[in-house]
Amino acid sequence: MEATFYLSGVIAVAATLMVITRASAVHALLYLIVSLLAVAIIFFVLGAPFVAALEVIIYAGAVMVLFVFVIMMLNLGKAAAVKEREWLSPGMWVGPSILSALLLAELIYILVQNVQDVQGAYGGTAISSGAVIDSKEVGIALFGPYLLGVELASLLLLAGLVGACHLGWHTELRFGSHSASRSDRARS
Amino acid sequence: MNEWAAIWVNLILILAVLFAFSAMLSWIERRLLGLWQDRYGPNRVGPFGVLQIVADSIKLLTKEDWIPPFADRAVFVLAPAIVAVTTLLAFAVVPIAPGIGVVDLNIGLLFFLAMSSLGVYSIVLGGWASNNKYSLLGGFRAAAQMLSYEVFMGLALMGVVMLAGSFNLRDIVAAQENLWFCIPQILGLATFAVAGIAEARRLPFDLPESENELVAGFHTEYSSMKFGMFFIGEYVGITLISAMIVTLFFGGWLGPLLPPLVWFLLKTFIVIVCFILLRAALPRPRYDQLMTYGWKVMLPVTLVNLLITGAVVLSAA
Repeated sequence: MEATFYLSGVIAVAATLMVITRASAVHALLYLIVSLLAVAIIFFVLGAPFVAALEVIIYAGAVMVLFVFVIMMLNLGKAAAVKEREWLSPGMWVGPSILSALLLAELIYILVQNVQDVQGAYGGTAISSGAVIDSKEVGIALFGPYLLGVELASLLLLAGLVGACHLGWHTELRFGSHSASRSDRARS
Repeated sequence: MNEWAAIWVNLILILAVLFAFSAMLSWIERRLLGLWQDRYGPNRVGPFGVLQIVADSIKLLTKEDWIPPFADRAVFVLAPAIVAVTTLLAFAVVPIAPGIGVVDLNIGLLFFLAMSSLGVYSIVLGGWASNNKYSLLGGFRAAAQMLSYEVFMGLALMGVVMLAGSFNLRDIVAAQENLWFCIPQILGLATFAVAGIAEARRLPFDLPESENELVAGFHTEYSSMKFGMFFIGEYVGITLISAMIVTLFFGGWLGPLLPPLVWFLLKTFIVIVCFILLRAALPRPRYDQLMTYGWKVMLPVTLVNLLITGAVVLSAA
């Protein structure tokens, strides 16, 4: 189990690096999907199969399809890839690299500290100590102590839904009785 | 050692039967369509035309495997493999009979949904990588159609999960010992069947490849075995959806007298024949009708079903 954890961890990091460095937007998205799948396997290995399945269904299977859909609509050709490659000049990398290297050092420091604590507490590494959490426990946690968070998220989704409905309503009117006046106003 | 041998025999037999059956399905479909449309269908190669599939596969394998120069090479090659891999992987969780099946996963149902949602990429990327306007249009349609139908596909199954109290497909079959879920979950069955046909891109929901307006949609540029992969993927997809309908709503392997395996195969075959009959009977809708139908009819129906099932489960508890 530990080997699968580290392997999928390496795949996730490598794929994410490829996401940043690809010039073609669709190729970058494909690497992002691989990265999300690797994260799903990490969740599974850590004993959260429900979250792993949702990661694949929602992030890799739905959100990323929407991304691919939009990028297909834009129909970026070779010209966009060339422009993107120009932007990725070596000079661009200096600032972000220094900042993220500092963050990485900080993260490794915290992790090393924590691993010692966990080993003290459980007598093993964090991976092997994880018990499997099934979907029922996730549900009880969501509608118990985290009910406020669920309600807030549903409010946010409702706002998005109402907004999308509003936008869709107007495009529908454009084909209907108000077509002439509406397109005239848009032109003037 | 013995246990491992059993697992491997299980796995290889299921794979072989699945492939053989999916290949045969193209012949069965054409013969049945012929029967319903008052003509013969393929009846020349071998007895009753059974060997037609052999002739077809020789033709597919010996055709030139051509990648258009304007296509995005890597993605073009990757796309047909995705649909074959995801549908076969999804089959891993299908409980065929007690003791027969690849893996007994606690989140089996979610795994099936995850794999079917990843299968979309095959069509979308195939359409995009071909770099051809008809393929691109097919890819657009596939993305929009499958995203919309996936939403209530998952929701339609939640009623079953509520009644069975588990995501494990074997537990779901066991929970149908007394009453198959097709009776209390009739709305769920109807919506899942519609969503399933849409996910398998079968007529009347084959808008991504509608050949009278888009040449062949997303696989216009594909030839030889790359096309064959889409083709096999579609037939494995039909078998998968039928097997899932049987597992979730018609009691899986449960049934009197006959052995469990026979019951499962029989039920699955009947559902597949119903899918083929739908193809023979229904015309293709317009694209906007398809989207309106999905969001304004099917989604509310699944939500109502969920509400009723939830109320019943709560009052019974």
